[in-house]
Amino acid sequence: MRAYTPKDDVQAKPYYTDRFYKSPQVAKYEPESDEVFSADLEAIKAKFEVLDAYIQVEQMVVYINAKDNYGVLELMRDQLSYSQLSEMSAIDWIADRNGFEVFYQMLSMAKRKRIRIKLFIEKGQAVNSVEKLFRCADWSEREMFDMFGIEANGHPFMKRILMPYDWQGHPLLKTYPLQGDEFAAWYEVDKIYGKEAREEIGPEIRDTSRVDRYDSQRFSRLGHEVPKGTEITGNEPVNEQAYQEDGGVFLIKKFDKESSVIIDDPQR
Amino acid sequence: MAQIKNRLTPFFENITFDRDDNELILNFGPQHPSSHGQLRLMLHLQQEQIVKAHPDIGYLHRGMEKMAENMIYNEFMPTTDRMDYIASSSNNYGFALAVEKLIGLEVPRRAKVIRMMLLEINRLMSHLFWLATTALDIGAMTVFLFAFREREYLMDIIEGYCGARLTHAAIRIGGVPLDIQDSFLHQLRVFLNKLPQNIKDYEDLLDTNRIWLMRMEEVGTISTEMALSWGCTGPMLRASGVKWDIRKEEPYELYDEVEFNVPWSDKGDNFARYRIYMEEMRETAKILYQTIDMYQECVRKGETALMAHAPKYVSAPKLDIMTQNYSLMQHFVLVTQGMRPPVGEVYVATESPKGELGFFINSQGGPYPYRLKLRAPSFWHTGLLTDLLPGHYIPDVVSIIGTTNIVFGEVDR
Repeated sequence: MRAYTPKDDVQAKPYYTDRFYKSPQVAKYEPESDEVFSADLEAIKAKFEVLDAYIQVEQMVVYINAKDNYGVLELMRDQLSYSQLSEMSAIDWIADRNGFEVFYQMLSMAKRKRIRIKLFIEKGQAVNSVEKLFRCADWSEREMFDMFGIEANGHPFMKRILMPYDWQGHPLLKTYPLQGDEFAAWYEVDKIYGKEAREEIGPEIRDTSRVDRYDSQRFSRLGHEVPKGTEITGNEPVNEQAYQEDGGVFLIKKFDKESSVIIDDPQR
Repeated sequence: MAQIKNRLTPFFENITFDRDDNELILNFGPQHPSSHGQLRLMLHLQQEQIVKAHPDIGYLHRGMEKMAENMIYNEFMPTTDRMDYIASSSNNYGFALAVEKLIGLEVPRRAKVIRMMLLEINRLMSHLFWLATTALDIGAMTVFLFAFREREYLMDIIEGYCGARLTHAAIRIGGVPLDIQDSFLHQLRVFLNKLPQNIKDYEDLLDTNRIWLMRMEEVGTISTEMALSWGCTGPMLRASGVKWDIRKEEPYELYDEVEFNVPWSDKGDNFARYRIYMEEMRETAKILYQTIDMYQECVRKGETALMAHAPKYVSAPKLDIMTQNYSLMQHFVLVTQGMRPPVGEVYVATESPKGELGFFINSQGGPYPYRLKLRAPSFWHTGLLTDLLPGHYIPDVVSIIGTTNIVFGEVDR
């Protein structure tokens, strides 16, 4: 029997891990260890349920319920002076927990602090759009939808942004292979010639950048040229490459090494 | 085989062609000399005025985040070059810093100084490139040639350091691979001594130029609220009345030891951005002079280390690898399997020439990042065009795209 390979995470895996290797953890600190963060956390806790909170690498991470994202971000923008949403995206945890973690990276310029708001959603669940609070979420949420298939409720234009509009599949899912799937491999062929041309074109030449070494019709190997169309399977004759033909026009006339100068300082 | 006609009909489902009004839809790009890469803009026009703008991106999408999930950390370093390829060392640095924060590495001082030199040279290169291309878009060919000449000198210096002119990969996780070459400081000083005169030349050509002022003053005004809401950073934000420079506010490397000012303006128009780029070049020169002194101090004190000492994560120096068995084994494991950072998450922002360049890394203890998010400033600076362009006229589009300083390597990633 063949060994079972999990299909829910097809990304690269280390080929060897020591049996007794235990990964260390990046240190986590209590939010109370920082005045500003603990005050912010209290303000959020007063109105919303906070599932977990800690400080890691100088930034506070706050886990909230998925339904509260708009409210928490609004509170942070209007009352806690977190004026900018630097970044938002998702992490694929489908293999582990059948869902995604969505994170919002907030920046307060007045306090010089950064907080990461995180929430967990089930696979297929949508998040509330925060586009009304931060215009930049317009594009971020589109990117998140494009890459993970997570939709944002209330978004004005929920369409793909980086991939073509008629693309199928969401590239950043762990189930999506690095080289692309069947649809990706045939995308151009299907679009330009139609699906029925798949058989005629075949998998060998669908890649336009493919170079066939023995194809003397379209390619010639430098130094191993043969007449066009010759059938070859290797052992091509060697054609010497000569840059200066005997008795031909000199490429460099009378090069005198003594009188020439090498410039070592280009800014002279 | 014949191509089937209409198979490639563009997908315009959000666009309606209405015969009754005079609305014209202009498709700008993706191949347009002033779109600075592969930007496609769909502009709805009433006469010459834009009523709606719809930027379309993704023509340079290479899936870097996906690639990162399938690469060991050191392998990903040259890929970061291809984000903002005008100033590639700043991307290398952002990634290296994020991984260093994740594993808690302390970089030797001499490496820090070299990194700062590289970062600031890259900032100069980027700003000169910005000035050259923007001026060219608006029609000032002379400025283009002047600024490219200066950029060429800087690229020569970088080439002498790492062998590459555009995609440097000159920074490693844990330090820098090489010490600077002998002629580096001399060449840099010669360049910096000339730079004030060069900047003055550009300003003489542009500051009072009627065409330049018409395209710059009171055009493309971004209010503070809009800049904050759209996630603008860097010169875009500073031109809109927020004095926020990550080098000053959340200092990394040795930026808290050097003296420099943060130019800012409350005008928010193209001209304010242009002035900020020019002033930033002067400030960068100031920083570079100070780093030369810092480097010479390192030499005087005999600080020779260029890479951090952390056998679990960083290979030993070449001499050790060649002479000591254990170092060789460590190196072999680090190259074939890759380093395994601790389990955790980190978001690190650095001030790249374009704005806040952030790297979010979620590590699950494996040699590949579980999730890596690249926060590139140009992404939102492009999105901003949706709200910024309406109300402007066609000739202004080119100058507005110019001053937003977008690079499509990092918009599409």
